[in-house]
Amino acid sequence: MRIKTMIAAAAIAVSTTAVAADMKPAVIYDMGGKFDKSFNEGVYNGVQKFTSETGIEVMEFEVTNETQREQAMRRMAERGATIVLGVGFAQADAISKVAAEFPDTKFSIIDVSWLDAPNLRQYAFKEHEGSYIVGVAAAKASKTGKVGFVGGMDIGLIRRFGCGYVGGVKSVNANAEVYQNMTGTTPSAWNDPAKGAELTQSQIDRGADVVYHAAGGTGAGVIQAAADAGKLAIGVDSNQNGMAPGSVLTSMLKRVDVAAYETFMDVKNGNFSAGVHVLGLAEGGVDWALDENNASLVTDDMKAAIESARADIISGKVKVHDYFSDESCPY
Amino acid sequence: MQEEGGVADLWLQFLLTIDATLRVATPLILCAMAGIFSEKSGIIDISLEGKMLMSAFAAAAVATLTSSALAGLVTAIGVSVLLGLLHGLASITLRGNQVISGLAINILASGLTVTIGIAMFKQGGQTPNLSRAERFRPIELPFAEQIGNLPLIGPIYREVISGHNILVWVALAAVLFTAFILTRTRFGLRLRAVGEKPEALDSAGVSVAKTRYLALIVAGVLCGMAGAYLSTAHGSGFVREMTAGKGYIALAAMIFGKWQPRGALLACLLFGFLEAVASRLQGVDVPLIGEAPVDLILALPYLLTVILLAGFVGKAMPPRAIGEPYVKER
Repeated sequence: MRIKTMIAAAAIAVSTTAVAADMKPAVIYDMGGKFDKSFNEGVYNGVQKFTSETGIEVMEFEVTNETQREQAMRRMAERGATIVLGVGFAQADAISKVAAEFPDTKFSIIDVSWLDAPNLRQYAFKEHEGSYIVGVAAAKASKTGKVGFVGGMDIGLIRRFGCGYVGGVKSVNANAEVYQNMTGTTPSAWNDPAKGAELTQSQIDRGADVVYHAAGGTGAGVIQAAADAGKLAIGVDSNQNGMAPGSVLTSMLKRVDVAAYETFMDVKNGNFSAGVHVLGLAEGGVDWALDENNASLVTDDMKAAIESARADIISGKVKVHDYFSDESCPY
Repeated sequence: MQEEGGVADLWLQFLLTIDATLRVATPLILCAMAGIFSEKSGIIDISLEGKMLMSAFAAAAVATLTSSALAGLVTAIGVSVLLGLLHGLASITLRGNQVISGLAINILASGLTVTIGIAMFKQGGQTPNLSRAERFRPIELPFAEQIGNLPLIGPIYREVISGHNILVWVALAAVLFTAFILTRTRFGLRLRAVGEKPEALDSAGVSVAKTRYLALIVAGVLCGMAGAYLSTAHGSGFVREMTAGKGYIALAAMIFGKWQPRGALLACLLFGFLEAVASRLQGVDVPLIGEAPVDLILALPYLLTVILLAGFVGKAMPPRAIGEPYVKER
């Protein structure tokens, strides 16, 4: 009996080391590709960090049209991937289907929190917290007391950005006016920079002098229009300060690289667990960007205000309203 | 820029909306004129969208590589003309179905721009963001600030007339150009004839194919400028599918305008105006209704289009020989 258990234990030990040695991670980048200077590139940076630290190669696929998501995931699982990482909420349907088909493969997805599968980990971010602190920055930078927000597709996630932003702005200047525009109600709203520029221009015409965007590719138009008019823009997801140096006040960072790195590391170390991981300011999941491109725009006073807002949110003194909790915004 | 006083402010907001109308309508106007050339000659041109998309990409890519907006524009025109000739080869020389050929070009452009873009710039099909030198910049007309301070009339000059890039002026000139060519030149006469009754032209000894090819080349030039406007003047770089259906809207505007330059111009301006108004109405309290829902505001231009098309346009009369490949009688 005892020998049997020992053999079994040894077998398990061998198989776990074998798994660790053959760890085959895979990542499915979404539309936009891994060098999109935004969301996907953030994930790519996390993947690069993992590869350079561990020497483990990561299989990659870049989705170029909507029908490829599910196929690409299935193919990765069939090729023996031990962990498949999906990028973005658009891949939610595909991953929940494929995760059910391959119960022995591990899956992880970023920007999703509503799925349920025993082999699936989900990452969500407290975008409202990050948006709140850039809202503080916007209110501090605004001379007119009017600021703008341009969202991409009109969905709850984007309203969540907008709501947190308004909260941050009003915390500094209760009388501030915040103009909010959504680009559209279909996925093409993520890729319409011309419309983004027009919406920004319309807000500037009404007096806004800082415009925050959460609009993917449409945001390029927002930043360009603000820069052309000599006003300020705020970037999103990745550090977009360099897109128009001197005209981007800051960027609301979503640390998707942290999520990607953590997922792969946990699998490598055998710590993978299913469930929802929510990353906020306290976890370093969202943040604001300060580098040489915007250093001259950020005053000491502004910096202090942002840092104290951040500290208050982390300590729980300030609670930023989450649009998802009641589908409304009290600010 | 903000003036004191309700009326002056309202007037300024109205002028700014008109200003936005011109910006939004420019690619539509260029494309609609391209459509008129093509369709008057009897070739259905739903490939306006694809030509514009491809040339938007070409303009941004070349502008990035050469740091010259002008080089981008020239390349864009070249690419668009080539696609026009491809459309001609399929639908004039090979007598294929013009709608299918046009659709094929649209699909080709949609896929090819992203594929080449990924291969060239590795940014998921986008081109790098263009700097100021690589774009067509707004031209401030002389004395804009001084004249702009005059009451009422001043802001018209400062906000609406001054501060557009060169392609906006080109688009307006293109309307005059189109009208002039169609009604005042021999080529225009032949162009209209070849769309109505190609046999007549053929019996007069003029080549139907050549006339139609020429029309497609002119259409290509205009579409190329529309594409360059999107990526190097109004925008600053190419993004996948950035035309977002503007080619089809231009086509609709052309039909709405009954295949006439003036009608098409007005239709394009109307579309542009509705779009500009929609941008400004979001989140604003409208009297009596309150804050209108986003979806309604965004659907407004399309809803009004349907109403206008149904109620006011009357019977649309396309060129008689449109869509039919010409086969010489024996």
